[in-house]
Amino acid sequence: MRLHIKNVSHSYDQVEALRDIDFGIEPGEVVALIGPSGCGKSTLLSIIGGLLKPTGGEVLMCDQAKPEGCLNPLTYVFQDFALLPWRTVAGNISLVLEDHALSKSERDDRIAEVLAQTNLSDFADAYPKQLSGGMKQRVGIARALAVRPAVLLMDEPLSALDAQTRILLLDEFSDMFARTGMTAVYVTHNLNEAVRLAHKVVALRRRPGTIKEIHDIDVPIKDRVEGMPELIAHEQALWALIRDEAIAADKELEHVA
Amino acid sequence: MSRDVEQGAPASLVRFRATGFNPKSNPVAAWASFVVVIALWQLGSSTGFISELAMPSPVAVAKALWQLIVSGDLWLHLGASLQRLVGGWIMGTVAGLVVGFLVGMFTWARSPGVALVSALFPIPKIALLPLFIIWFGIGEPSKFATIAFGVFFPTVINTFGGVDNVQRNLIRMGQSFDLPMTSVVRKIILPGALPTILSGFRISSSIAIILLIAAEMIGAQYGIGALILAAGNLYQTDQLIAGVVVLSLMGLCVSWLLGRLDRWLLGWR
Ligand SMILES: Nc1ncnc2c1ncn2[C@@H]1O[C@H](COP(=O)(O)OP(=O)(O)O)[C@@H](O)[C@H]1O
Ligand SMILES: [Mg+2]
Repeated sequence: MRLHIKNVSHSYDQVEALRDIDFGIEPGEVVALIGPSGCGKSTLLSIIGGLLKPTGGEVLMCDQAKPEGCLNPLTYVFQDFALLPWRTVAGNISLVLEDHALSKSERDDRIAEVLAQTNLSDFADAYPKQLSGGMKQRVGIARALAVRPAVLLMDEPLSALDAQTRILLLDEFSDMFARTGMTAVYVTHNLNEAVRLAHKVVALRRRPGTIKEIHDIDVPIKDRVEGMPELIAHEQALWALIRDEAIAADKELEHVA
Repeated sequence: MSRDVEQGAPASLVRFRATGFNPKSNPVAAWASFVVVIALWQLGSSTGFISELAMPSPVAVAKALWQLIVSGDLWLHLGASLQRLVGGWIMGTVAGLVVGFLVGMFTWARSPGVALVSALFPIPKIALLPLFIIWFGIGEPSKFATIAFGVFFPTVINTFGGVDNVQRNLIRMGQSFDLPMTSVVRKIILPGALPTILSGFRISSSIAIILLIAAEMIGAQYGIGALILAAGNLYQTDQLIAGVVVLSLMGLCVSWLLGRLDRWLLGWR
């Protein structure tokens, strides 16, 4: 599915969060949204997935091409996992399948399949509180994969995790994107994540959020490894791009309550 | 600090400072406290230190209780009371849950609901019993109404508080997967609000018991409240205290049942 973010602007009561954002997301492409905190990344992602109505512009699905068995074309993975604590791992995944016309065995098959993909098969009956942060996020991924999304929308999926877990999951994401050719929008403030995962990095400027530059990274995702000189060069270029913004963000007082 | 510590310097122990502030439970001490209090009470009565008229001895109370059991009067009174308690509580709770969910979820119900509940909640509900007697007569319905009314308000407040406390991000997650409204309510909001709702049950059940006894004292032939009042009128303090003991046991049973409900419904915590 091809998405077109068309002249999107958004203002909260007094804050102008986004202005005239315009870019496309091609099928099979991973787009990273980067920028300092408060530049409107989460706002933009919410708009893309239809969880927030922009005050201007629109998001278009340019074709209806979807993976087979797709139940929810635009699917989120949340920073804070958003798992129901009263359901088991399998129950959390089942939640998003129960309202669809799937037989019990189809549903169980899907659950088993995504649990296997995320190495969670042994944890099907565990409750979220028993899991580490990394495991919780794997459940978040499994839940998203269970609906066979056309576009995966990920809002800082690694930000709530400790550094070691982040490295592990980053490798898993990289494998997943390389293997499945999934279309995704990946929000992060971590440039390393962006250069490891994205084909295209959209750098945002702040107050109001506008596109500063769209930066292409043409190394195939499967060939990327940690510490590769090419990636380091890209990372440095991106840092040069947003450094001033980050300094300004750091110095700014928060006006909004 | 220099690393080469003088050899001869006297070593002193680091004192453990994090003592106290950590009470532990001790079931033996809990039961022992009952035994001690009852034993002292009996001792006071036997020695004449406590007047038999003001406060009957534990043995006298036990005898009165036994009398009530064998004569079958206890079951008559207890049956009448339990019927009112359960009926009134269920009516008030169901209505309170429905209104609480509406207030918690819909803008149109929010402000009117909160305003009305805040205005009516502080009324001591027993003050309305005479009105309910005029409306429904002296019989059972006026007692049901008083209890239901008293239970209704705290239930509404707790329910919408519980709904408010359901994490917004879970609801957003549900919406992001296109769950229908009914599923969001049934699978996310309801279980999320359940802990608060259940702790509200503890408050509403104790309110229900208070109103039950008050209503029975105002006008009832049978019921624990009527039993206690009648015993008081006849200076039968042993029967009076026996009635109070039954009430205390009733309260304990209710709290035990709610504890079971908690464990059954909130096992995931
Ligand atoms: N619900 C809201 N109400 C008012 N202002 C908001 C709200 N959410 C975000 N903002 C403001 O909009 C701007 C962009 O926020 P956000 O999209 O969360 O940024 P990011 O995810 O890049 O950190 C920030 O200045 C933030 O304070
Ligand atoms: Mg954000």
